[in-house]
Amino acid sequence: MMKPLLEVEDLHVRFHLRTGIVEAVRGVSFQLGRERLGIVGESGSGKSQTGRAILGLTPPPGEVTAKRLAFDGVDLLTASKRTLRTLRGGRISMVMQDPKYSLNPVMTIGEQIIEAYQAHAKASRAEARDKALAMLEAVKMRDPVRVFSLYPHEVSGGMGQRAMIAMMLVTDPDLLIADEPTSALDVTVSMEVLRILDELVAERGMGLVFISHDLKLVSSFCDRVLVMYAGRVVEELEARNLHEAKHPYTQGLMRCLPTLANDVRPLPTLNRDPSWAL
Amino acid sequence: MASSIANGGGGHDALRFYLTKTAQFFLVLATTLLGLVAVTFIIGRVVPIDPVLAIVGDRAPAHVYERARQELGLDLPLIQQFWIYLKKAVTGDFGNSVLTTNPVMTDIANAFPATFELATLGTIIGTIIGIPLGVLAAVKRGTLIDQVVRFLGLAGYSIPIFWLGLMGLLLFYAKLGWVAGPGRIDVTYSYLYTPITGIVLIDTAMQGQWDAFWNAVSHILLPACLLGYFSLAYISRMTRSFMLNELAQEYVIAARVKGLSEMRVIWRHALRNAAVPLVTVIALSYANLLEGSVLTETVFAWPGLGQYITNSLQNADMNAVLGGTLAIGTVFVLLNLVSDLLYRLLDPRTR
Ligand SMILES: Nc1ncnc2c1ncn2[C@@H]1O[C@H](COP(=O)(O)OP(=O)(O)OP(=O)(O)O)[C@@H](O)[C@H]1O
Ligand SMILES: [Mg+2]
Repeated sequence: MMKPLLEVEDLHVRFHLRTGIVEAVRGVSFQLGRERLGIVGESGSGKSQTGRAILGLTPPPGEVTAKRLAFDGVDLLTASKRTLRTLRGGRISMVMQDPKYSLNPVMTIGEQIIEAYQAHAKASRAEARDKALAMLEAVKMRDPVRVFSLYPHEVSGGMGQRAMIAMMLVTDPDLLIADEPTSALDVTVSMEVLRILDELVAERGMGLVFISHDLKLVSSFCDRVLVMYAGRVVEELEARNLHEAKHPYTQGLMRCLPTLANDVRPLPTLNRDPSWAL
Repeated sequence: MASSIANGGGGHDALRFYLTKTAQFFLVLATTLLGLVAVTFIIGRVVPIDPVLAIVGDRAPAHVYERARQELGLDLPLIQQFWIYLKKAVTGDFGNSVLTTNPVMTDIANAFPATFELATLGTIIGTIIGIPLGVLAAVKRGTLIDQVVRFLGLAGYSIPIFWLGLMGLLLFYAKLGWVAGPGRIDVTYSYLYTPITGIVLIDTAMQGQWDAFWNAVSHILLPACLLGYFSLAYISRMTRSFMLNELAQEYVIAARVKGLSEMRVIWRHALRNAAVPLVTVIALSYANLLEGSVLTETVFAWPGLGQYITNSLQNADMNAVLGGTLAIGTVFVLLNLVSDLLYRLLDPRTR
């Protein structure tokens, strides 16, 4: 069997606060090849912190421990800052939630893509510019040259998120973490962005970690789904076998999905059993 | 206001913006100065100081006093006096100073460069040191360097400037002899160059009088560092707080995700954003040094605008006080304009 791209074993993320220790992630394990893994779970269940820990970007009072956390055989916990930096952006990338906040407001979109490219490739400015324009085209910008010189506040949410995708994929990474990449967009735009993301991931054969609240979206978009609850993985399933879910939390989530065929009213509420969080 | 007009769409936005801006600037300048003249003029006339007495002395006989009063135009109704003053002022005639007997314009042209030189140097020192210190404090939050910066900031607020100035003179001039004493330049050097800009450092350097230049440097060093310190205290504190705010933003995480070096993330991404509000802070601190260095100018016998106005005020020399106030008002409006333009330059969202 081929060596997995990403190995996560017993990952913990703890925040040492004055008021005590917050355990955001409590023993998450999974492996990932060049496939699509979805992570779902409610707000605060530790999805984002799992993604950030992989990138080595856990915010300050946070502490990361794991039995194993490796990308393409490189141990991320012991790797030097330098190695981490070449991996980050170069081979592992992340698309964040809201382009309004995750693009630098005082730099043009083109400038930000060029910067991402030049951080990893020895390229002249002209080459980087061509690459950036090609990337803007790849995310289906209607007028790449114009968008190139626009500032983030001058584009719509959908365009902003496509620019973000262009920026994060310009280095041809092997793994992309998409942390709720469409939850700040409205539905129609969101579908368009997902389609583009889907296409690029397939085309380039990247591994994808897709983080979302939306079980249905994740199951239609990914090969495999992790369900997280209170910092733990409570269930791991093939996306097409979602109906075989055993954990009551997942079953609860599934029951809450409204379908056209059998309209359940009122929608069932999700019951949480305190024992799940143990 | 008028600037919002420029924000509308259209092809000639930039041109229209600058035209509107220029028109707006002159309007603001005119109203500000008019307001300043009016207020200072009225205050000058209602305070219980008698400018006539200042000229004729308090033993003059009544007819001498009366003649002097008429010569000064003080017998006319207030509104008429104001009108006459305004009419002259637009031609650049602000009357003569009683104290120096020179035209006020000449006095100010002599005093302003001294203040300008000192305040500018102080601001440069405060900015060059204050910004990196503030950035460092924010990045290394909670560590020793952060404590030091916060202490410096606090001390800058609580230590009186004249005390620090006197202590500085005592130590570095009297005891150690590292710097020259009060004044702008030693008398022996002051004949070696002709004042052109009035800024001694520039005049001496331009004329190749390096001995005089270094003497002037040695004179300005201590007061400039003193003002620099106070400006640094303010600028570093504000930089720290702006940087803490920026470093917590999502785009900083995105920059790290891209694999940029921490240096680039901090200086190029976060500081570039923090620079937007910093412009206002620096302009404010600069304006503060331009008008408020009276105490420093007194301690260091620096013949600047602050000293000129204070002396004039003490001697009921109202023409000089009015002129000086107007000069400071003009500087304020100018600084405001410059910081406004810089703000637009730095923040694309305001264009
Ligand atoms: N900087 C921090 N300091 C302290 N606790 C934190 C910090 N960041 C996250 N946490 C904690 O970690 C837990 C998991 O956060 P995380 O952002 O991973 O949740 P999430 O599953 O991504 O939620 P959402 O769907 O709302 O984005 C939260 O309960 C939060 O309390
Ligand atoms: Mg999240």
